[in-house]
Amino acid sequence: MLKDITLGQFFPGDTPVHRLDPRSKILLLIVFIVALFMASGWAGYGLMILVTALCMAISHISPRNIFKGLKPMLLIIVFTAALNLLYTQGTPLFPGWPITREGLDRSIAMVLRIVLLIAGTFLLTYTTSPMALTDGMERLLNPLKKIGLPVHEITMMMSMALRFIPTLIEETDKIMSAQKARGADFENGNLLQRAKALLPILVPLFVSSFRRADELAVAMESRCYHGGSGRTRMKQLHFQALDLWALALGALLLAAMILLRHFGL
Amino acid sequence: MSDLRVEALTHVYSAGTPFEKTAIQDISLQIPSGQFVGLLGHTGSGKSTFIQHLNALLKPTSGKVLVDGEDINQDKKTRRAVKNKVGLVFQYPEYQLFEETVFADIAFGPKNMGLGKEEIEQRVREAAHFVGVEEELFQRSPLELSGGQKRRVAIAGVIAMRPGILILDEPTAGLDPAGCRQILDNICTYRRESGATVIIVSHNMDDAARLTERLIVFNHGTVAMDGSPEQVFSRPEELIKIGLSVPQATSLAMALREKGIPLQGSIYTHAQLMAALKEVGVC
Ligand SMILES: Nc1ncnc2c1ncn2[C@@H]1O[C@H](COP(=O)(O)OP(=O)(O)OP(=O)(O)O)[C@@H](O)[C@H]1O
Ligand SMILES: [Mg+2]
Repeated sequence: MLKDITLGQFFPGDTPVHRLDPRSKILLLIVFIVALFMASGWAGYGLMILVTALCMAISHISPRNIFKGLKPMLLIIVFTAALNLLYTQGTPLFPGWPITREGLDRSIAMVLRIVLLIAGTFLLTYTTSPMALTDGMERLLNPLKKIGLPVHEITMMMSMALRFIPTLIEETDKIMSAQKARGADFENGNLLQRAKALLPILVPLFVSSFRRADELAVAMESRCYHGGSGRTRMKQLHFQALDLWALALGALLLAAMILLRHFGL
Repeated sequence: MSDLRVEALTHVYSAGTPFEKTAIQDISLQIPSGQFVGLLGHTGSGKSTFIQHLNALLKPTSGKVLVDGEDINQDKKTRRAVKNKVGLVFQYPEYQLFEETVFADIAFGPKNMGLGKEEIEQRVREAAHFVGVEEELFQRSPLELSGGQKRRVAIAGVIAMRPGILILDEPTAGLDPAGCRQILDNICTYRRESGATVIIVSHNMDDAARLTERLIVFNHGTVAMDGSPEQVFSRPEELIKIGLSVPQATSLAMALREKGIPLQGSIYTHAQLMAALKEVGVC
């Protein structure tokens, strides 16, 4: 069913990773990505794999969940690997074959990069509630308010969109079942017929989305929501000792990657 | 007009994930043709999950559903064919209206059955008649009707398929008392004139007591009680213990008995309460 999609899903828990301040986690993800793109030799990639595995173990996120999230990206990953494999110049692995040593190295490196990038991002969304995530993002982007960027509005829209993804999926599921009960067929027929078959789902979905948006706006206004200015928070974000340690480790990782790159490992 | 059998039905949602949830467990029961059944149970007890198995919208995790003695989950074809036999009206069905006109929306089901134009037209008129939708409304957009009218159009959309088993998930939720009564009357009319089996999920004990001939009570995904309204409502303490209420007449009778008035028999309708009171000479 549609519900099994794990896009941006949050797995509640009480591990050190869950307890980290969302701002630290966002910063650490950026550090992680920078470090990932600095990796050049096997030692560098090995270290990144080790770090990812360690984070997964600490936060009790099983590899299965990460792989499930990877599934939609499979095509891109395979495509990247094939391109790099076939179109890199260098010394051929076997005489007469278009596959080169350099190509093999590069395609493995690229696949590792994509997989680790996605795994790192999933680690963030799996261990941070959408609310905390957007909260952290708003605080981090706060300085940009000075140059007139509507930071609060942007993050509010983002958190609402995130909040309504599961609702929309559930709604789609429900409408689909109801139309199936009336004999609608979404699986057979040619492309045109199938596109037409979507109409009984899309129309009610649009109607209810607009209704819901309207109701939400009214509900927010009747509770005196009027944008970000002068707004206080129920949950204040505080950096703790844990965050300092985590950020220090992040800095250490970055330093290690710079050194490894310097020595060409 | 169709006979229904459920054997050891179990359904687990999101199996193998942290969100795994056993919604119904090992349910076996038989509903003979033409019976009027009420399905009761607290929120989350698995009623909606259960009824979605009866027309193969959900696949059992284990167990079987048989309509007229035939396993409905044999293959794609039987899973599709059963939707013509078993009509399912979801909760808040008015949110599924999508066609430009009321007529076209009611005709959606019969059209999917591959019927001819005349047959479709006849069925739409008949279904609209059952639920009291006037023909003047046929060319209006379903989105501009009132809530009660929309609900009736949506129910007509299922009735137009002439299901031998009609299942309704809380058909009166969110309607005013007059709207509730009309919808329930419409359902009774359909049952009387077509002889169909009707299964109705309800949170309203008075309606359940008044209309049905059999009550099945769900509790945490299993069947806690199954019997005639008389049998079920003669054990009000059990109902209250699993978080349900009892009909007004029953709770009044319980209160009177506690005060020492010796009312006799099982009481779940106003008429029965009046009769019992007369018997002991109170009025
Ligand atoms: N699509 C789904 N995915 C996961 N769990 C679900 C899904 N649908 C229902 N459940 C869970 O299964 C259980 C039974 O739900 P169900 O909707 O069948 O209850 P119900 O008796 O119809 O309740 P209500 O009276 O509120 O309509 C609930 O605990 C619910 O959270
Ligand atoms: Mg329900």
